[in-house]
Amino acid sequence: MTPIEKAVRVLKERLPDGVQAVESFRDETTVVLSREVIAAACRILHDDASLGFELLAALTAVDYHPKEPRFAVVYLLYSIAQNVFLGLRVYLPGRSPEVATIESVYPNANWHEREVFDMFGINFLGHSDLRRILMPHDWVGHPLRKDYPLAYEEVQYTFNFDEIDKRKPYAKE
Amino acid sequence: MLPSQMEITVDELRNLVTGRAIEGETMLLNMGPQHPSTHGVLRLLLELDGEKVVNCIPDIGFLHTGIEKNMEAKPYLQSLVMTDRMDYLNTVGNNLLYSLAIEKLVELDVPPRAQAIRVILVELQRIASHLVWLGTHALDLAAMSVFLYCLRERELILDILEMCSGQRMMTSYIRPGGLWRDVPQGFEEAVQQFVRMLPGRIAQYESMLTKNPLFLDRTRKIGVISAEQAVRWGLTGPPLRATGIPLDLRKAQPYSGYGQYEFDVPIAYNGDVYDRYIVRMEEMRQSLRIVRQAVERLPAGPVRSNNRKFVPPPRSELGHSMEAVIHHFKLWTEGFSVPKGAVYVAVESPRGQLGCYLEGDGGPKPYRVHFRAPSFVHLQALPLLSRGHLVADLVGIVGSIDIVLGDCDR
Repeated sequence: MTPIEKAVRVLKERLPDGVQAVESFRDETTVVLSREVIAAACRILHDDASLGFELLAALTAVDYHPKEPRFAVVYLLYSIAQNVFLGLRVYLPGRSPEVATIESVYPNANWHEREVFDMFGINFLGHSDLRRILMPHDWVGHPLRKDYPLAYEEVQYTFNFDEIDKRKPYAKE
Repeated sequence: MLPSQMEITVDELRNLVTGRAIEGETMLLNMGPQHPSTHGVLRLLLELDGEKVVNCIPDIGFLHTGIEKNMEAKPYLQSLVMTDRMDYLNTVGNNLLYSLAIEKLVELDVPPRAQAIRVILVELQRIASHLVWLGTHALDLAAMSVFLYCLRERELILDILEMCSGQRMMTSYIRPGGLWRDVPQGFEEAVQQFVRMLPGRIAQYESMLTKNPLFLDRTRKIGVISAEQAVRWGLTGPPLRATGIPLDLRKAQPYSGYGQYEFDVPIAYNGDVYDRYIVRMEEMRQSLRIVRQAVERLPAGPVRSNNRKFVPPPRSELGHSMEAVIHHFKLWTEGFSVPKGAVYVAVESPRGQLGCYLEGDGGPKPYRVHFRAPSFVHLQALPLLSRGHLVADLVGIVGSIDIVLGDCDR
C-alpha cells in the first residue's frame, strides 16, 4: 500500500462522514472533505507518526463564480519521511465562505490563511490575527475573486472629479 | 491625522504587541519599508526593550503586483513572461517551474537536450542568486569587499544568460515543451570556463568570512531555530537544511533529469545564521558539480517537443507547410488549451520549495495560478528567529533567510 492510499484509508476510517470524495489526477491525490472536519483531518495526518504529514506546503483557494459551491480551499501537505504530497480540498458556499483555521496544527497556515482572506474574502474561524496581508489595510474588495475586475478606474471629468476622488483608496490630506 | 500615521497607531496592532508597549515601557520602531538591510520593501514593526527585540511584526505587500490575477487574464505562453518578474533573482527557475506545471497538466514530454540545458541554466541561476545573497548578507554585516567580488562573478552568469536568451535577467528562455531555441555556439565553452574559474573565487570569499572572528561573532548562535520548529513553520531550502534535515526536492522528487547527476545535499546542525551561510556556500560547489556533469554529457538533439498542439513549429516549415502555418497562427493568437484539472508542482529554488498550483478549465488561459513562495513562508518565521536578539543582529537574520520581496508579495 502506498503512503497515499494509507492516508486516505486512515481518513476514511477516522472521519467516515467527512470524506466526500477522493480524486486522482496526473498522479496526484486530492481528498475532498466537508468543511466541518478539515481541522480534525489535518490533526490526524499531522500527528499520526506513520503518515507524518508534518509540512504544510501550500494553502490557497479557487473561486468558481458563478457556480455553487463557489469557493474551494486547497491544502497541500507534504510528508518528509514518506516523500509524498497529499492534497485536501474543502468546498465553501458563496454566501458564507467560512472554514475553521488549521493554525493550531500548522502554525505557518497563519499567513497563508490571511492571504486567502485578503484575496478571496474567505473567513477562517478561530484565526488569531485575520488581517489583510498583501493589499493595503483600507482596501475594499477581494481581488482574486472572479467578479472583481482586473483593472477598472472610473473616468474622472471636471464635473465629478472631486466626488470620485473622494472614493479612491489612497492617502489624502 | 494622515491615514499613513493612523496605520501605525497601536490600536490596530494591540493584540500583537505586549502590554508593556501600550504603557510606553517598550518602544515601537519602524524598520523599513525603505531600509537598505530589508532587501527590498519590507516593513518590520519592532517592539524594543532598549536594544533588544521583544517582538517583530513583519508587514509585507509593498511589492504586491497582482501577478496571480494578471496571469488569469493571459494565455499560458504570455503569462509565462510574468513568472520572471516574481523572484527576480531566480528568473530561470520560475520559468522552469511554470513550464513543468503546464507540461504536467498537458502531459508533454521534453527532449533530453532541453532538460540538460534547463538544469545547467537553473543551477547557474542558483549560484547567481547565492552570490547576490552572499554579497548583500556580508554587506549588511559590514564586509563591503565581498559584495563587490560577488557581483563581479554574478555578472559572468548573467552574460551566459544573455548569450542564450538576449536578456540578462528576465529571460523567459524556458518554455513549455522545451526551450525557446537552442543555445548559441560558444555556450559550452563559456559555461566550462566559468565552472573552472568559480571554485577559486568561492575559496576567496570563504577566506574573507568563514573564519573571520568579526563575522563569527555576528552570526554564531544568532537566529537559532530547531529542526522541529523549522518544520512546524514550513521552512524549506537552506534554512531547513541548516537544522539537519536533508530535504532537497532535487533529490527527493527529481525533475528535469536531476536523478542522473551526482551531487550531495549539504546540511548543518545548529540552525543559526552561520550554518545557513555554510550550507549555501557548499550548495554553490554542489551546483558547480551538477553543471560540470551536465555540460560534459550534454546530449545532441532537438530542444523542443515535437507536439505541435503546444509547441510552435520551426520557422523553416512555415514557407511550405500549410499545417505549420495553421499551428503557428493558432498558438500565437488563441494559445493552446489545457485539460480541466489541477496540479501542484514543486521545485527546489535557491530559497526553498517553490511551488505552483495550476488549475486549468479547458480553455487557453489558466483558471487559477498560485505560487507557493518560499520567501513568504520564511518571512513568517522571522519573529520567532529574532526574539531576544539585538537590532543589529536582526539585520543578519533577515539576510540569512534570503528573502526576495518580489517572490514574497508576487
